[in-house]
Amino acid sequence: MQTVNKTKKQPSRFKSVGLFIILSVLIIALSVISLSLGDINIPPLDIITSFIGIGDPDLTSILVEFRLPRILLAILTGIGLAVSGVVVQSIMRNPLASPDTLGLSSGSGLAAVAITILLPLASPSVLSVAAFAGGSLVFVIVYLLAYKKGVEPIRFALIGVAVSAFCSSGIHLLISKANPNVNAALIWLSGSLWGRTWDQLIGLLPWVIILLPLIWLLAARLDLIHLGDEVARGLGARVELIRLVLLASAVAMTAAVVSVVGTIGFVGLIIPHVAKRLVGPRHKKLIPTAALLGALFVLAADLIGRGVAPPIEIPAGLIIGIIGAPYFLYLLWRESKK
Amino acid sequence: MKAVHGLSKRNRSPLRIIAIFLAVIILLLVSMFLSISIGSIHISFGTIKQALLDFDGSKEQSIIQTVRLPRLLVTAFVGANLAVAGALMQALTRNPLASPGIFGINAGASAAMVFLTVLVPGVSMIGGVLGAFLGGAFAAVIVYVMSSLIKGGDSDVKLALTGVAIQGMLMSLTQTLLIFNESKTEGVMFWLTGSVIGRDWGHVHVLLPFSVVGLLIAFGLGRASSLLSLGDDVARGLGQRVFAIRAFTAVVVIVLAGVSVAIAGPIGFVGLVVPHMVRYLIGVDYRVVLPMSALLGASLLLLADVLSRFITYPYETPVGAVTALLGTPYFIYLARRKKTERKA
Repeated sequence: MQTVNKTKKQPSRFKSVGLFIILSVLIIALSVISLSLGDINIPPLDIITSFIGIGDPDLTSILVEFRLPRILLAILTGIGLAVSGVVVQSIMRNPLASPDTLGLSSGSGLAAVAITILLPLASPSVLSVAAFAGGSLVFVIVYLLAYKKGVEPIRFALIGVAVSAFCSSGIHLLISKANPNVNAALIWLSGSLWGRTWDQLIGLLPWVIILLPLIWLLAARLDLIHLGDEVARGLGARVELIRLVLLASAVAMTAAVVSVVGTIGFVGLIIPHVAKRLVGPRHKKLIPTAALLGALFVLAADLIGRGVAPPIEIPAGLIIGIIGAPYFLYLLWRESKK
Repeated sequence: MKAVHGLSKRNRSPLRIIAIFLAVIILLLVSMFLSISIGSIHISFGTIKQALLDFDGSKEQSIIQTVRLPRLLVTAFVGANLAVAGALMQALTRNPLASPGIFGINAGASAAMVFLTVLVPGVSMIGGVLGAFLGGAFAAVIVYVMSSLIKGGDSDVKLALTGVAIQGMLMSLTQTLLIFNESKTEGVMFWLTGSVIGRDWGHVHVLLPFSVVGLLIAFGLGRASSLLSLGDDVARGLGQRVFAIRAFTAVVVIVLAGVSVAIAGPIGFVGLVVPHMVRYLIGVDYRVVLPMSALLGASLLLLADVLSRFITYPYETPVGAVTALLGTPYFIYLARRKKTERKA
């Protein structure tokens, strides 16, 4: 079935460079709009003067302390989830695999919530490690449950979704017990960027900075693995090792994102497909495209959530859920025609 | 095609069926007793008897009359409704994963309820119930149509995945609506998990007529359901008007599940699990399966509710969270077991 993509003409180098530029410009444009919108609307000119350091100090503090970290966090969230999605879909050779349907997000979320409640003073790094452990554990469970003389993509997705629902109930239960502030819990559950600061951003940044280049370096191997284990081994790739390293990186990146912004669904499932349509299946192009698209998607969702009915904010995760579910159905439908 | 409903299994002997009926009735009575007596104040059997037969207005008896009894009735009828709705759906679709939850009826009804609460602040309870019917029906139609658009593959699993996606979308919509009405968020959050806490006689009065009529009609559909579960062609050959029965059953399902969601929120997995247990116990004659599902569904939801009072004592846990935690493993078991049958 992958041959379908292979036979398609590869977009020219020129085209994909153009695409990167367009996506980057869009991201910057959305960031600027996002910086200027809020309780106080700040015109672009003031944004520029603030960043040069000659603007109104009050506006500068709003921009730097509240809006900038939030935007950067949206970008990192999108990158992390989308790239994890590309990696797991290629490794599992399952177009329905994603951080959500493999249970990575909900497992990480459950562990993060449990740690937050048991050890309220735990540092962000403890939280990330716990989230990583939770995500890995749930992934192993899903894999074992779905395994039966091989792993069929659709059954895998079904079991992953069921286990995710189980973990979500657990998260719900823990939060409703421990957190007297139901609204805050609701916002975390639905994945929001509201009220995030530099602390969270700094907690997430190292993960992305280390793992993203690592994944990109292994991109060529990912192309090989995608062709099938036999072929890849024949061409001299150490399949098991590469697979493990890549999978661990994807879990770690998802876990880091989830422990900061909560469980945002569908990004890791959908964005890889869109990226593949735009630049074809070669991972050297696919991974950066997915990263940019993911960033754009989460930024846009956050912006829509803030802009639809101010001062009320709709968590980005909910906006993504409303857009993402129909697309998931579309993917199922397309997958079924093969 | 395959023995999804254990059709290959023999129907059980009448004696066995009667024995199991008696056992389930005893289970129901025990669960009712536990439901009334256990709580922040424990109430003895004697007091319960007095409160029912010879009300003297003491504190404990008042608790029974105003708190525990309506809650018991709501729980029992919601359990019965959901279990019977699930049994009807599984017979109709010949799909072991079918249930009001998977068809999006719970999520659709919830979304409609929240929509009404936000847009029409003073909506009456009956208005809410009618909204829940519409929302549930709408979601079920969408899930059904979408899953039949997906060609090939495993019909059960397709339905389940479509249902999960639509549920996810409706939940996102519901929560988005809630954000526009924060003052009510806390109560609605609890309701959205599926809860019978604080249900009073007002709720009982709305729930009861729909439930009783719906359940009685459902029991009357037993023979038709049995035939339909054999397949459309067989049923048609035996003189059944397949389409008419389908449509009528669908209405009954939506009334049963819709009114339950309107009163107690979306309680999952009862409709999925109970019919499986019943068919395992007494076979596939739906004239017996349907009433038995009602009894067992009521008993199990009552027990789950009693259990929910202990989990984080003295705080109460929504019963929907309990059924979700207990039901998911069974759902996974079903998704796996199917595979073996096909390979075998």
